[in-house]
Amino acid sequence: MVPGETAVISGFTDDDISVKLLEMGFLPGTAVRFNFTAPFGDPVCVSVSGYDLSLRLDEASTISILN
Amino acid sequence: MAAAKLKIALAGKPNSGKSSLFNQLTGLNQKIGNFPGVTVDKRTGFCQLDEATAAEIIDLPGTYSLYPRTLDEKVVAEVFTDQKGAFYPDKVVLVADATNLKNCLLLLTQLMDLQLPTVLALNMVDLAAKSGQSIDINNLEKQLDVPVVMLNARNGTGIEKLKSILSVPIRASSKTIYKSDDESKPLIDKIRNKYGLTSDYEAYQFLQQAENLLFLPKADREFIRDFAKQNNFFAHKYQGAETIMRYEFIQDLLNKVILRSSNEGWKKISYDIDKVLTHKIWGYVIFFLILFLIFQSIFAWAQIPMDFIDTTIAQLSHKLDDIFPQGPFFELVSHGIVPGIGGIVIFIPQIAILFAFISILEETGYMSRVVFLMDKIMRKFGLNGKSVVPLMSGWACAIPAIMATRTIENWKDRLITIFVTPLMSCSARLPVFTILVALIIPDDKLLGFFNYQGLVLMGFYLLGFLAAIFSALGMKFLIKVKERSYMIMELPTYRMPKWSNVGFQIIEKTKAFVFEAGKTILAISIILYVLASYGPIDIMNAAKETVRSNTITQNLTEQEMADKIAAYKLEHSYAGQLGKTLEPLIKPLGYDWKIGIALVTSFAAREVFVGTIATIYSIGSTDDTPTIKQRLKSEVDPETGLPRYTLASGLSLLVFYTFAMQCMSTLAVVKRETKGWKWPLLQLGYMTTLAYLGALSIYQLLK
Repeated sequence: MVPGETAVISGFTDDDISVKLLEMGFLPGTAVRFNFTAPFGDPVCVSVSGYDLSLRLDEASTISILN
Repeated sequence: MAAAKLKIALAGKPNSGKSSLFNQLTGLNQKIGNFPGVTVDKRTGFCQLDEATAAEIIDLPGTYSLYPRTLDEKVVAEVFTDQKGAFYPDKVVLVADATNLKNCLLLLTQLMDLQLPTVLALNMVDLAAKSGQSIDINNLEKQLDVPVVMLNARNGTGIEKLKSILSVPIRASSKTIYKSDDESKPLIDKIRNKYGLTSDYEAYQFLQQAENLLFLPKADREFIRDFAKQNNFFAHKYQGAETIMRYEFIQDLLNKVILRSSNEGWKKISYDIDKVLTHKIWGYVIFFLILFLIFQSIFAWAQIPMDFIDTTIAQLSHKLDDIFPQGPFFELVSHGIVPGIGGIVIFIPQIAILFAFISILEETGYMSRVVFLMDKIMRKFGLNGKSVVPLMSGWACAIPAIMATRTIENWKDRLITIFVTPLMSCSARLPVFTILVALIIPDDKLLGFFNYQGLVLMGFYLLGFLAAIFSALGMKFLIKVKERSYMIMELPTYRMPKWSNVGFQIIEKTKAFVFEAGKTILAISIILYVLASYGPIDIMNAAKETVRSNTITQNLTEQEMADKIAAYKLEHSYAGQLGKTLEPLIKPLGYDWKIGIALVTSFAAREVFVGTIATIYSIGSTDDTPTIKQRLKSEVDPETGLPRYTLASGLSLLVFYTFAMQCMSTLAVVKRETKGWKWPLLQLGYMTTLAYLGALSIYQLLK
């Protein structure tokens, strides 16, 4: 994804981290927008369920999206 | 006032305005303590709900759900499931951010399942209105079967309404969201019956996270864990399913009650600010400018009140001498205890200023951007974006800094942060630095602009910082922990700080410092006073006579005589003897026994160095830096006949004080935070070795 793009969450590739992501509102079927990245490309800022979150790249990469 | 006090807990996610509400409800009537058994700050306060009812308000750490991610958050699940516990609330206020209800309601649905009488406080209604959102409150109340209050905790709108709702009995919601499935039902029934629990969900929580519920006896925790394991109760799988189910319920609910949803337009300003503040160049430039401002204020502005405190304490000590009759007890009070208390109070201005800044940065939402900016860089060194705040606080005082590491979820990251924070040059090093730098560095200007002394001083701060960063890097490879590091964090919308919250924060942190560190500092300064004032009785008693007969030809004034006697006494005291024993060890660093004494007395707290040096060179009771400087300059090494304080020995001492632990209270706090002596002792050993080797190499190189 590139900054500004929006996608729909389809699932997670990592069980361990998925419970935390779910809790924060990353639900399968909801839209997530990639806002911008930190200066070194990591972490990234995304909007989901009506608020903005910071995620590390390796955390963000466990989220599968539908295009 | 009612005899039995109501207990009301405030719960909600971080950034929902919980502390604003807490401050509104309790005013200055709050106190900070610890939850029993764990080192999590417990903020409680009293609130008069109406004429007849007073309530104890408990502010719980901010959480998204009952499942904890940080140390602080563990308390929340515990408070809500321990029905016999001292903090089990009679009522709960769930503080929700009205602009972002969805995430706030997750915890609410869990509380409803625990059958806790709960009030939903919709905070930030002003922002919600601005965003164009409109909620059908009556329907929300009906759907949840929970009373709802509209609130603006910043200006107090809705507080009276909330109080009046809380002053009458509330029943728990009749709705339950959680339903056990066929597989887990028998397990839940068994646990529920065994422990006599009121809800299925509570039993389910026991199964989910018995290890976090410390109120259960250890045997029970192990029993539940084994029981869950034998019966294939996979906590993660259930937790995921539970969260999805709850959000389905919440989404359904929101579809019914949200009449008009918000447009994101109101966040536009915040996004624009982010474009600058997280910019790859400007972001760092602004961050360092802010750091510089904080730095500047800690050292320049704090100096005025600190000087004032210093002179006041010295005067008080003298005055007490005049008032009190002679005697060891009174001397202990005027020369041990009073300056000991002064040694604590003197740090208050710096700590207050530092926390004023930190709390403003947190209130505005900037702090999470700092974490965002620094995470990648810090991770390279085994730290974490959230280590930035503790490390910055370390410039004022390591004690609150180490307490601030609790927000770091990952144990390894947190441990490394705790371990290296004391290497950041704290304010107690400053008096030592100033006097030594003034002594060995000429007061000239580089290019007619930069003051050499200032540059060297900054250099030592940088040295401490580099030592911290590279020690962290070393530890990253040494500590093997199988725990993944997470950094999922909300970036709240920017807003103006609420000044009363800043004020409360300053009071809270200062109090924590005074009472946590103060106890140790005071105790140690009394011990050191005794060590430095008493020695073998016959030598001490003869001190006056010995000095008099040695100096009979010198025609000293009475003051000079008294100073000479004080120096003689210190030299022969137990502390003095310790200093002399140390001499062979510290000689390679360029120190003599006199400096040895100062090292011993400043072991517990660095700033004691200056006072000891003043006494030992018999400058007596002046705390006047120029005087001390003059005296030290003329000090001669008896073996070589050259000045004692050369560039080499001065830098060696500076390096020593940059690295050495020399702070008993920090050790005490580290012990408390890491729950044992292992880490503080390792830290003491590591820092002392680093200090010794650093000072040794500098001295040997420059000699």
